This record gives sequence, structure tokens and C-alpha cells, in this order.
Amino acid sequence: MLLYTCRRLLSAVLTVVLSAVLVFAAVQLLPGDVATQVLGQDATPEAVAALRDQMDLNRPAAVRFLDWIAGAARGDFGLSPVSGEPVAHTLWPHLRNTVLIAVSTIVVAVTASVVLGVLAGLYRDRWPDALISTLTLIGMSVPEFVMATLLVLLLSITVPVLPAVVLDEATAPVADLLPAVVLPTIALSVVMTAYIVRMTRTSIIDVMAGEFVTTARLKGISTVRLVVRHALPSALLPTLNVIAMNVAWLVGGVAVVENVFNYPGIGQLMLESVHNRDLPVLQAIAVISALVYVLCNLAADLGAMALNPRLRTGGGSKR
Amino acid sequence: MSEPNHGTPSTPSRTAAHTVSRTVRTLRRSRTACVGLGLVALHLAVAVLAPLLTSASPTANVPDEALLGPSGDHWLGTDALGRDVLTRVVYGGQYALTVSFAATTCAIALGTVLGCATALKGGRLDGLLMRVLDAVLAIPPILALLVVVTVLGAGPAVIVLAVTLVYTPQVVRVVRAAALGVAPLDYVTAARARGERTLSILLREVLPNIVHVVAVEFAMRASWVVLLISSLSFLGFGADPPTPDWGLMISENRTAMVVLPWATLAPIIALATLVVGLNLSADGLSRAWSVDRTEEAS
Repeated sequence: MLLYTCRRLLSAVLTVVLSAVLVFAAVQLLPGDVATQVLGQDATPEAVAALRDQMDLNRPAAVRFLDWIAGAARGDFGLSPVSGEPVAHTLWPHLRNTVLIAVSTIVVAVTASVVLGVLAGLYRDRWPDALISTLTLIGMSVPEFVMATLLVLLLSITVPVLPAVVLDEATAPVADLLPAVVLPTIALSVVMTAYIVRMTRTSIIDVMAGEFVTTARLKGISTVRLVVRHALPSALLPTLNVIAMNVAWLVGGVAVVENVFNYPGIGQLMLESVHNRDLPVLQAIAVISALVYVLCNLAADLGAMALNPRLRTGGGSKR
Repeated sequence: MSEPNHGTPSTPSRTAAHTVSRTVRTLRRSRTACVGLGLVALHLAVAVLAPLLTSASPTANVPDEALLGPSGDHWLGTDALGRDVLTRVVYGGQYALTVSFAATTCAIALGTVLGCATALKGGRLDGLLMRVLDAVLAIPPILALLVVVTVLGAGPAVIVLAVTLVYTPQVVRVVRAAALGVAPLDYVTAARARGERTLSILLREVLPNIVHVVAVEFAMRASWVVLLISSLSFLGFGADPPTPDWGLMISENRTAMVVLPWATLAPIIALATLVVGLNLSADGLSRAWSVDRTEEAS
């Protein structure tokens, strides 16, 4: 088990480093150089040369990568050529704001999807299942920016209870941002729930067909106790991975939804950087997202191992 | 899935006819797949026949008729530039469908080839490829797309390339898993023993037996691609402004949502029905062919 954990950790580190290489390569080695990209096509040669100098572009890419990754490991992502400030300064407040949305979305979506998934699984092929499946299908088929737009129409314009756009700066205190978190959270939760519900439903159905469930039923315990104590722990196992996968989607989904609400998070920063061609900021965001993704998958795998004794004995890496 | 009759050689035409008739039978059984494929076909037909369905131009500005409500002339009203909303919705599928179809096809083709090849070859190459693909998977699609668009500039070709890049790893995973299920079976071993080359084993033995997995993956992947591309248009990095495109229309008209709800709702409904169609197709097909979709839950 220790061996497996170590192997898993090592491969996680490797994956992060590899995605950092990919992002770096995509940004640095694609046609045209970064300095021209940042300044635009009609920059004077002197300006380009000066920026190349400032960004250290005259050194070999490999050396710059090592420098950059070493800095990134310490939380230093270099200077933004657009604002002239350290990337980290703009990054952290935005990241904090996004984490606010992401965490609340995960909490809401996971809770909702487990409850709905269990209901759908228990009432399989009856009306609650049909209703939940239909809602799930709609949730999966409506892009998150549409969900956000509809929510604005409903809860900001028709019944004005929540702000439609955020006017706060990225560095505003958390308390000021809280009302602004609600609508993005709902929009993202609906979509995320739709994806997780299906998995929960399937695994609940699988587990409820198991012999230990029949035994438990024969012992005469109540359905609630049966589901909570016996079925859920096993049913949540496959769901864990789906949740982890969804977090990767969430990072992208947040970007789009933040844009609808003008919420000062990573997504807004991302689009701003695309408009300003602020590549170092994009690089930093990409690496952080990759790190989040890998950590979530790692947590899901290790969590699955903790929940399922059978995975602890063998290599467990049957993928 | 491991039907023994594949070991005996049969003429290609008979196999093809057999496959077609079996597919038709499967589809008739699955109402979900029928409804889904019907919706998709409807969208395709509307997009192709758009010039016949409406005589108005989707891009011509008519300032005098801006921001009108629904009427006999304009069933769904007009937008801020006086363009007929219904006309733009009818034409709006063209961009999304073309780009999505091209991108999905590329991703599926590349992913299928890579997935089959890596499953058959195995060994160190397989390990290396899966590592690299894991690394690509770790970067959120929309971010990867934005980086590529920033560096290469926006345009349909770039978007197709970027989407292919972003979604190939997922396809490889799914196809590889399916191919690994087929690879140890007797008819593949027999082909190997006959001394056939990897390419011919891939095309003649493996691919025909995982084609249903690929088909389900295509439908499912297409729904993701449509969503991603419309998000990109919504953010202003996809279709260029005069182009009628649903994502773009939603972004253009949502500020006037209170006055003219239909200008926003119509493209939303069009987009959602297309994705519902694709999802239903994927659901129906996977159930009809009993394809395990847990691998592709995300």
C-alpha cells in the first residue's frame, strides 16, 4: 500500500511537471516569439528587443523553463510584461475569489447529486427517477453561461434579490463578495450536479442489487439506515473519481461563468490576459489548474483506496 | 461482444450489410436514440436548408427595424441592429455544426488511431503516451483553447485544431480501454499468429469490434464540443460578430434580455435542443449496444 501511494505520488508530480512543460512549450515555442505576441504585430524592433531583454528571451528555452518552474514552485511566477508587476500579486486575490466559488459549488453540487442520485436509484424507473433523469439531461445540455444568463433574468431582474454584476475589486474583503458568489455557485452547481447524479444513480443501483444489501434488508433495518450506513459508502467509491474529474471541468466552467457576472476571479483574469496577450499570467493559471486537477485525482484515488480495502492489497492500478 | 463468428472469414459486403441491418434493428428498439438522432438530423437539415427556409438575410442591418417585438414580419422580433432573430437562429447552426463536426471528427479519428495503436503495441510507448495524455488532461479545455487562440489567432481552423488537441486524450483513453478488451481475444491472437501486420490487425480485427464504442464516444464528444465552441463564441473568441452563431447571439442580446427575451431565448433553445439530441443519441446508443460509459463520465 505504501508502495502504491508512493508510486501514485510520483506519477502525480510527474504529470504536473509534464503539463507545465506542455504549457511552457505551447506558449514559448509556437510560431512568433513571445515579445512580438505581447506587443502585437506593429511593434518597433527596438521595443521588441527591449522586451526580449526584459523577459530574458535570449537565453535557451530549457534554461528559462527550469528557472520558471523553480520560481513557480516558490510561488513566484515572474513579472507580467503588461502591468510590470509580479504575476503573483494579481494572481493570488483572483485565485482566492475563485476558490470561494469553487468550494461552495463543490459542496452544493456533491450534496445535491448524492441526494438526487440516491433518490433516482431507489425509485428506479418510477416517476422520481424519470423526473431527475430529465432534469439531469437538461442540466447537461445547457451550457453554464446560459444557466448563468437565465439566473440573472430570474433572480436579478425579475425578482431582484441578488446582484447581476459584481463591481468589487479583486482584493475586496470576502464578506463583500459573498452575495456575488451565490448566482455563479447555483449556475455551476446545476451543471456539475447533472454530471455526478448519473454516476451516483448507477452505482446505487449496482450496490442495492448486492447480496449484503439483501442480508441487511432481511435483518429488518430501515431503508434510510440501509442506504446511509450500508449502501452509500460502497456507492460513493466510483463517484469519487467523477467528482475529481468534474473539478477539472469546474476550473474551465468558472472562467465562463465569472465572465457573465464580471466576478473578479481567475476566469476574468484569464480572459483579461488573453486580451492583453499577458502570457506569463496565462502560464501561471494553466499550471495552477493542472496542479488542482492532479491533486483532486490523487485525493480521489487515495480516498478510494481508503474506502475500499481490496485496492490496498494489489497494485490497484488496473487502468 | 466476443462473438465467435468473427473468426470465420466472411465477404466484406455481407458483413457490411449485416452490420447495417443490425444497427437499424438496434435503433428501432431504442426510442431514446431515435429521438436524439432525430433532433440532430433536424438541426442538420435546418442548417443546410437555411437559405430555403427564410428569405431574409441573417447579417443585413436594418436600423429602422431595430429591437422590435415578435410580429407577423418578424416572428421572434429583431435584435439591436434590426436583424431578424428567427433568421439568425436558423442560420446560427451552420457555424457551430460545421466547426463542431470537423473538430469532433478529427479528435475521434486521431484518438481512435492512437488508442488502438497504443493498446496493441503496449509496453513503454504505451506508458509514455498515457503519461503525456494525462498531462494534457490536467489543463482545463477552455484554458488550453484560449492559450492556443491567443498564440495562433482566432479562426475556424485554429479552433478545430485546438479542440482536437484538447479532446484527443479523452478519446484515446476510452478507445484504448475498449481495444484492450479486444486485444487478448482469440481472433486477434490468431491474426498475430498468421503474421499479420499491426495496421491490418487494427483495421480488420480490432476496429470492427469496437466501432460501437467509437460511435457512442462520437455522439458524446460532439455534445461537449458544441458546448465548448459555443462558450468560446460567447466569450468572443469563436465566431466573428456578423456571423450568425448561437453563442454569439446569446452574448450580444443578453443585455436586452428584459425587453426582448426571445432574442436570447431562441438561440438558447436551439443550442440546448442540439445538445440534448446529441446526449440522447449517446445515451440511447450506449444502452442499445451496452457500452460501458463509466470511463467517460467527464
